[in-house]
Amino acid sequence: MTEITRNVSGREIIAFRIGAQEFCVDIMSVREIRGWTPATALPQSPGFVRGVINLRGAVLPIVDLAARLGFPPAEPTARHVIIVAQIGTQVVGLLVDAVSDILTVTDDIVQPTPDVASEMAKTFVRGVLAVEGRMISLIALDNLLPAQEREAA
Amino acid sequence: MSKTVLTVDDSRTMRDMLMLALTEAGYHVVQAEDGVHGLEVLRATEPDVIVTDINMPRMDGYGFIKGVRGDEQHRTIPILVLTTESDAEKKDRARRAGATGWIVKPFDPVKLVDAIRRVAT
Amino acid sequence: MAMDAMAVIKQTFFQECEEQLAELEMGLLAIENGDHDQEIVNAVFRAVHSIKGGAGAFSLDDLVHFAHIFENTLDLMRSNRLQPTPEVVKTMLRAADVLADLVRAARDDGDFDDARTEALAQELAALGNGGVAVSAAQEKEEEVDLSQFRPRPIAFNFDEEPAAPAEPEKKTFSIRFKPKPDLYAKANEAALLLREIERLGVATITCDTSELPLLSELDPEGAYLAWTVELKTDADEATIREVFEFVEWDCDLEIKGDAASEAEELDVLALIRKVREAVEPEAASVSPEESVPAKAREPEDRGPVKSADILKIDQSKIDQSKADHAASGPQQTTSRVDRDRLDRLSELVGELVINQAMLAPRVTEAGLARGSDVTVGLDELEQLTRGIQDSVMAIRAQPVKSVFQRMPRLVREVAAMTGKSVRLFTEGENTEVDKTVIERLADPLTHMIRNAIDHGLEKPEKRLAAGKPEEGLVRLSAAHRSGRIVIEVADDGAGIDRTRVRASAVNKGLISADAQLSDDEIDNLIFLPGFSTAEKVSDISGRGVGMDVVKRSIQALGGRISITSKPGQGSVFTLSLPLTLAVLDGMVVTVAGQTLVVPLTAIVETLQPKGADVHGFGGGARVIAIRNMFTPLIDVGRELGYRNEAADPLTGVALLVESEGSMRSALLVDAIQGQRQVVIKSLEANYRHVHGIAAATILGDGRVALILDVDAVVANSRADMTAYLEPNLALAG
Repeated sequence: MTEITRNVSGREIIAFRIGAQEFCVDIMSVREIRGWTPATALPQSPGFVRGVINLRGAVLPIVDLAARLGFPPAEPTARHVIIVAQIGTQVVGLLVDAVSDILTVTDDIVQPTPDVASEMAKTFVRGVLAVEGRMISLIALDNLLPAQEREAA
Repeated sequence: MSKTVLTVDDSRTMRDMLMLALTEAGYHVVQAEDGVHGLEVLRATEPDVIVTDINMPRMDGYGFIKGVRGDEQHRTIPILVLTTESDAEKKDRARRAGATGWIVKPFDPVKLVDAIRRVAT
Repeated sequence: MAMDAMAVIKQTFFQECEEQLAELEMGLLAIENGDHDQEIVNAVFRAVHSIKGGAGAFSLDDLVHFAHIFENTLDLMRSNRLQPTPEVVKTMLRAADVLADLVRAARDDGDFDDARTEALAQELAALGNGGVAVSAAQEKEEEVDLSQFRPRPIAFNFDEEPAAPAEPEKKTFSIRFKPKPDLYAKANEAALLLREIERLGVATITCDTSELPLLSELDPEGAYLAWTVELKTDADEATIREVFEFVEWDCDLEIKGDAASEAEELDVLALIRKVREAVEPEAASVSPEESVPAKAREPEDRGPVKSADILKIDQSKIDQSKADHAASGPQQTTSRVDRDRLDRLSELVGELVINQAMLAPRVTEAGLARGSDVTVGLDELEQLTRGIQDSVMAIRAQPVKSVFQRMPRLVREVAAMTGKSVRLFTEGENTEVDKTVIERLADPLTHMIRNAIDHGLEKPEKRLAAGKPEEGLVRLSAAHRSGRIVIEVADDGAGIDRTRVRASAVNKGLISADAQLSDDEIDNLIFLPGFSTAEKVSDISGRGVGMDVVKRSIQALGGRISITSKPGQGSVFTLSLPLTLAVLDGMVVTVAGQTLVVPLTAIVETLQPKGADVHGFGGGARVIAIRNMFTPLIDVGRELGYRNEAADPLTGVALLVESEGSMRSALLVDAIQGQRQVVIKSLEANYRHVHGIAAATILGDGRVALILDVDAVVANSRADMTAYLEPNLALAG
């Protein structure tokens, strides 16, 4: 478990890998990074919701980011990482392969999502960053969780 | 040094109002909820003046006044009773019990401070 | 500044009023029940007196007016001039209700029933008159007397000096003042009085020591000195007399004025007016009613503009406090703690309990022997943790009094509406339970009490015919029993009319005409949705709200409700509720490799299915025969989507559960792990509602376990099953 110290002087992002691709989120949204622990499956939930885990007493849903972005679902092992992120009023765990970097970037290096990207990617990717020859996709956290279920009659 | 006033009243509202009026006028205020409590606070705080209600649980104002007057250490402390305007009988009983003076409820802060000045050195 | 403080005090006043009203009602009820303790009468008097006193300070005239009449009548009772007969006390109870309405109207700037207030004021006054209606002349007299109680507005303004009196012409008074020993005994001081006189003008003071004895004869408590004062002043004689107000019995006082003031002396009213003018410069020489300037009536308006924001905040706090009050009724708190902080504390203690539970097996796993320092320390930790948990729960706990206190009024109103004579007897009102439970208890209890009077108790003539006292009895009690709170609502009415209940259930198609039901089962029919024994919809028991609603709201609190009834002797409704909503007694079960918690309150019994009892239908639907009743058998694993094929019932365990509407179903699980209390965790906080799941919890191993929503699972399964089986299986209640 690593606590991230926040640095407000620049815009910091935390980069992580899913398969061969690199993604990132704004570090201001990240609460902590922790290892994988088995989740309790939730009935009637989409495949990308791995279940819920106990985060110091809070019930934390785990989103398999690979599955959410349209890749094959992860086969989580102890080496997998959960990025605990704040999305609005909720706290959610994002299952990723590994954290690759913490970078300070400026807004001007963020480019629009290329047209070639899939619809799925367009929904969740806010833009792409070119850093030292790598392409890192900036994830928009807002839409990751499934919409609130309407109370069924 | 500002003078200390002990207010004895079972009504929180009344205690708060007395506190407000007296602190605005520069007095230091200590409070008690009834006669029994009043006698305890009296010994602990040595007030210069006492303002007390009549109708209280455990020990009423008359009992409290007699208690103060019967206490060699504190018999000379001026005591003002809070009473309703009409109650000549109450006023009289309080007077006979040893009250120094009275304040008519609902009290006018100016009159309250006036009355205290009139009895306190 | 003072105005903000006054707003806060006003808020305190209304809170205190609620406490006084509760005290008043409790006292009157005790008197009604024959308790003649003088201290109760005193407390009742004091309650009304205090409300009047505070109301006066805030110029709440209607409240002062009524409280004053009420106080006078109570004073007669206090001095034994009025006997507390049942009629007298009943009138006073109704007066207490009116007083409560007036307090709330004043608090919320709302309206009150003018006619009712006036009617009761007259009834009270008539009590004081020995039951004789007040004649017009007397009433008038009373009015005059009351006018004294129209309070003067209080101007809490210390910056303004009273304006100088209108007539500045100077007069000369000659004052002779001779204190008696009593003056000094009452802690008055001649010197202070003389100092006050000096403040009125130019004074020449002469001390007369002629009576001073020799030192040897001097009584230290005696009074030997006299003073003569020549005072040149623009004050009048009344003002001078006012200085000696406190000592007029304890001194000889002579005041002689010049001719001008002597003429004035005769006009006492004018004098009084002048005194008033001196003290209240704004009060013009009109009647006291009209003399109150509009802006003085509303002290808030007098605050400086810059404090507007502060006032606004205060107002919102007051509103909040009002809302809290409306929700929870009067409360007796000695310290105020922010509710969020308390919730957070309970939550943390919940974590502590879980963490502590997690630690124990780890220590065992680590191979430490029992009795080692670590395990002993761990045991101590466990005890401390439980201690903290109990203490935190005690902080959140409140006596059920706040809900019980609302009931006497309800009883009176319902009794009046139904024309029945009812006495409410309450006990155990100091029994404590979590605040959140109390808040959600008021509605079901209200409904049950209404029901007890409306449906339970007979009309007076029927009672008399049955040899019962005319007055019906409703008993409301609370007690702690094995970690839960048990509340009973009992009546000594006719009991459940089983023939009628049964017929009604058959009529409504709730049971078949030839169903074999025990007395107990018939009694429990009243909890079925859509059941109502009343032949016509009554105003009292409400429209369409039946005992099924009560049952559902009790179940929503993790509680159970049951009824026992004896024909001719009455009925008892028993509620059993958890002491807090933060924890739940659950049965921990395994389903398809997952650990689930089933609320214990839903489970009637557990059983091992036998092959012969389970009958399959198409589509995987099954029923199980339990004591010759076919009950749907629901595979929880399949229902929740943990597995596609239904499990073999013979290797599992069936939980017979009762869900909404008293429907019984059997839930098939793989195994039972045990029973335990769990801390309820929200799934919605970070995720969303999941159908079939009520909430989550964290078990001793640190894993999250889901708490089953029995009602939802059963309803869902029944919907599926009905689709398959409609023609084959009629599911009787």
